[in-house]
Amino acid sequence: MKKLINKPEDVVIEELKGIEYAHSDLVKVHYDPNFIYRADAPIKDKVAIVSGGGSGHEPMHGGFVGLGMLDAACPGAVFTSPTPDQMLEATKQVNGGKGVLHIVKNYTGDIMNFEMAADLARAEGIEVEAVVTNDDVAVQDSLYTAGRRGVGITVIAEKICGAAAEQKRSLKEVADVCRKVNGWGRSMGMALTSCTVPHAGKPTFDLPEDEMEIGIGIHGEPGRTRMKLKSADEVTALLMEPVINDLPYKAGDNVLLFVNSMGGTPLVELYIIYRKAYELATKAGLKVARNLIGPYITSLEMAGCSITLLKLDDDLTKLWDAPVKTPGLRWGV
Amino acid sequence: MTITRDDVLNWLNECGRVITENKDYLTQLDSAIGDADHGANMDRGFKAALAKLPSVADKDIGTLFKSVGMTLVQTVGGAGGPLYGTFFMQAGTAAANKMELTVGDWAAALEAALNGVVARGKAQPGDKTMVDALTPALSALKQAVVDGADQNESLRRSASAAEQGMKDTIPLVAKKGRASYLGERSAGHQDPGATSSFLLLKAATDTWTK
Repeated sequence: MKKLINKPEDVVIEELKGIEYAHSDLVKVHYDPNFIYRADAPIKDKVAIVSGGGSGHEPMHGGFVGLGMLDAACPGAVFTSPTPDQMLEATKQVNGGKGVLHIVKNYTGDIMNFEMAADLARAEGIEVEAVVTNDDVAVQDSLYTAGRRGVGITVIAEKICGAAAEQKRSLKEVADVCRKVNGWGRSMGMALTSCTVPHAGKPTFDLPEDEMEIGIGIHGEPGRTRMKLKSADEVTALLMEPVINDLPYKAGDNVLLFVNSMGGTPLVELYIIYRKAYELATKAGLKVARNLIGPYITSLEMAGCSITLLKLDDDLTKLWDAPVKTPGLRWGV
Repeated sequence: MTITRDDVLNWLNECGRVITENKDYLTQLDSAIGDADHGANMDRGFKAALAKLPSVADKDIGTLFKSVGMTLVQTVGGAGGPLYGTFFMQAGTAAANKMELTVGDWAAALEAALNGVVARGKAQPGDKTMVDALTPALSALKQAVVDGADQNESLRRSASAAEQGMKDTIPLVAKKGRASYLGERSAGHQDPGATSSFLLLKAATDTWTK
């Protein structure tokens, strides 16, 4: 394992310290339990938004704390859901009296830990609503499985819901916006390499030099199929086809096209992917009205990318364009 | 013959030792079909839980279990935290105010623990989860009590059923947890959660058979 770390067990705490030093104008860091929160929280009469998940996906979620996005983010160990005491304390810290929205990615551990936290927060008289993101079309949904994973749409949902909360919409309205974004968004990802969890010390899976994994999640877990490496254009088509064919896009729709790096893939390759994805979307009659390109929901140093499409209406477009000022996403301010 | 509070303390310490000893093995199983964190998470949780035990060591068995459960919830993370935390908290409720357990009391505690795990994780037998080790372990234990088997024999049958349940997860296609994202590709691998559950129950049998 070659990593710029000190000790595997210190990874998260040392990262938090770095974030605290780097972004003290925007966020504060609470230790034990660990969470990052807006420096100006709680904000009176604004719905607060709390998210969280395992570390290793940076900038998600801690990098999205600030004006127009999250009020707090709870980092777990690398690829491990945070614990209920973190979400409970974060929820209490940022609650401005108008309720707290939990944005939870659909993973068994995240769901259970957030549920326990929400139960405890409600017991203390805080209104909490949770919305689960599950946009990964690589996972076949079924009543009998854990269902689709929450991936790229989570970043977009956090941005858009953050803007809705800034407009002082109610908890139910902000949660409805979140459900709409999740319902209108679809993603699929692929990997060229595996990644190494610091405390595991070796790559989570072996991927030969000439092969790739299609349909991966964001935790180094293997995908659904493995195949010989193909060209960027062919890979883009493999990702775009299931995304476009899944509901709910139709010709004439405006969409947001998000091309994301899994951590190890450089921008030059992301733009090559974006180019083809844009052409395929256009060919399908979709109008790419907004975009996001870069490493926003990563899987440590994994090489690979994911593509997310979100159908846009006027409200979502305005909320996307609204000012945001966080360590990881910033415009309009 | 009963299971005394000291026996329970010895078991919990043995759990910590066994989890540490099998940390890499659990992580290796989790690498195949999950996210390579089960061993490290469980080890972190049990170390923290055992560090807190001395402060409640003079209390009843229920309090010991609840202390372990609360600490696991706060330190393990992932799915294992809420599930094993719930396991010990529910066992603690069933064993509240008891200073010793008959094998029947232990069966009642294990049943409460398993019911808690099922309520929290919503897994059914056959979903390729820890429930697949716990369910047969409980059935075997209850049957042994009905059969009039003594404590040692009952505990041995329970651990043996857990081991079989764990091995029986190998051909299963996962329906819960991260392994379920693999679909058919999860078959052929032993479930790490069923494995850690077996290890904990085997530790109980090893500690309590006299």
